[in-house]
Amino acid sequence: MSWIHVLSPGLLTTVQDCGRWGFQDNGVSVAGPMDEYAYRLANILVGNNKNAAGLEVTLVGPEIEFEDEIVFAVTGAEFDLALDDSSVPMNVACRADRGSRLEFGERRSGARAYLAVGGGVDVPVVLGSRSTHLLSGMGGFNGRQLKAGDRLHLAEFMPATIDMRHCKNEVISVPKGGGRVRVSWGPHADRFDPCSKLTLQEGRYTITIDSNRMGYRLDGPSLTHTDGADLISEATPIGALQVPASGQPILLMADRQTTGGYPIIGTVIAADLPIVGQLLPGDWLEFEECDLQEAVEALIVRERSLLSLVSDP
Amino acid sequence: MVSVEFEERVDPAVNILAVSLGAALRRVMLCGVRDIVPSYRAVAVYFDPIHTSLEKLVSEIERLASCKPEGSFSQRPPIEIPVCYGGEYGLDLVKVAEHLGYSVSEVVDRHTKPIYLVYMVGFLPGFAYMGNTDTKIDIPRHQTPRVRVPAGSVGLAGEQTGIYPMEMPGGWQLIGRTSLKPFDLSRADPFLFKPGDHIRFVSVTPERYRDGCISSS
Repeated sequence: MSWIHVLSPGLLTTVQDCGRWGFQDNGVSVAGPMDEYAYRLANILVGNNKNAAGLEVTLVGPEIEFEDEIVFAVTGAEFDLALDDSSVPMNVACRADRGSRLEFGERRSGARAYLAVGGGVDVPVVLGSRSTHLLSGMGGFNGRQLKAGDRLHLAEFMPATIDMRHCKNEVISVPKGGGRVRVSWGPHADRFDPCSKLTLQEGRYTITIDSNRMGYRLDGPSLTHTDGADLISEATPIGALQVPASGQPILLMADRQTTGGYPIIGTVIAADLPIVGQLLPGDWLEFEECDLQEAVEALIVRERSLLSLVSDP
Repeated sequence: MVSVEFEERVDPAVNILAVSLGAALRRVMLCGVRDIVPSYRAVAVYFDPIHTSLEKLVSEIERLASCKPEGSFSQRPPIEIPVCYGGEYGLDLVKVAEHLGYSVSEVVDRHTKPIYLVYMVGFLPGFAYMGNTDTKIDIPRHQTPRVRVPAGSVGLAGEQTGIYPMEMPGGWQLIGRTSLKPFDLSRADPFLFKPGDHIRFVSVTPERYRDGCISSS
């Protein structure tokens, strides 16, 4: 049995896997990683299966003790990493000795990093997933963010390959200060003043301090409803730009509630959501329209790049 | 996500179209579909475009939507919700009655009389959006939400009534509490309410409420 021990938790460190899909019709939020690309990359690097649970680290990283010999990788937001005081790179599978300590130091760019450990974190599966949903206290480690002193059990490690994998660095990019993302219109774009589509694309929006894993409140040019801001409640997808009466959009993210009653002018395409997941309050966002075909093609390109990123030494 | 929209109104006749399409999609469970979320007047179908194509999905949804809806879910007898109204379990009941100009027992009568339809489940695990077509009680929310509302609290907000499935902050006017758990992971089916269910509130004594808590824990 392998364990990892949380010596200091960082600002907000949670257990996440691909998310709790299949229960949104019962009001159960999906949760899962804010940057799914980096999360999946970390699992690929250590040779885990696609849905293995890892840790999502937010802004200030934790210090972790590995109680047994282990393979790990850190992806996503760029941090200075030290393993027993010697520097280790990101985006590479590394071996750690029994009793060694991984310390997240200074953050250089991005908001969220992912730590994958060989085998994955073995917290109980709740409704098909190990992801932590903070508001409902579901899943993860006792339904909450990690605290100092927590010990997490790891699943048995049966790597797909025993080679130490690393990424081609040139294709990993973490946004700095802001990002431009593509939006497909709808489902309620027709409930807005025709100028609003242009306003959204020409303006620049700032991510406000009222932003978390549920969503980002944005501050920028106001969008105008033609028929009020109240809607009969319906499903709310990740990436949705929901617009309440204030006209300032809220960008819904991983921990969003399953349903809502504000019109959604457009939805950030899945391929660009990892950019959003790496932004923090004070950063900017710009939007450009894209059709469904482009959205799907972009996702397929991303999928391919994820697999091609990894090269054996 | 593909969103299938029906007529835009809160109406049991429209809702049944969304609910039965959701149920039909769940039975078929097409390749690449990750989640199916029926609501008042729409059904959201979440899919993975790597494993299915939009065209294929839309044509299959259209085929299912053109089938006659089944009435089977509404045949489940109404679920009785035992509620202990007022006192320590319904802190706002007296104020609600004063605001509406009713006696306390009139508020309870108006709340227990109708049969409610569960239009959809969402927002929180096991939270039922329910409504009835006759008796209305209309009361604003608290201006400042309570920091902690216990699970099982029965509340009013605007024309809505609902049951808190878990302890959380909330601004609804609390009129009672039930020992039934809308969401309980220890049950084989953790979710008490399904879209299309009917519900009736039944007034019970504090003793029966407490007995209910013991037997359901």
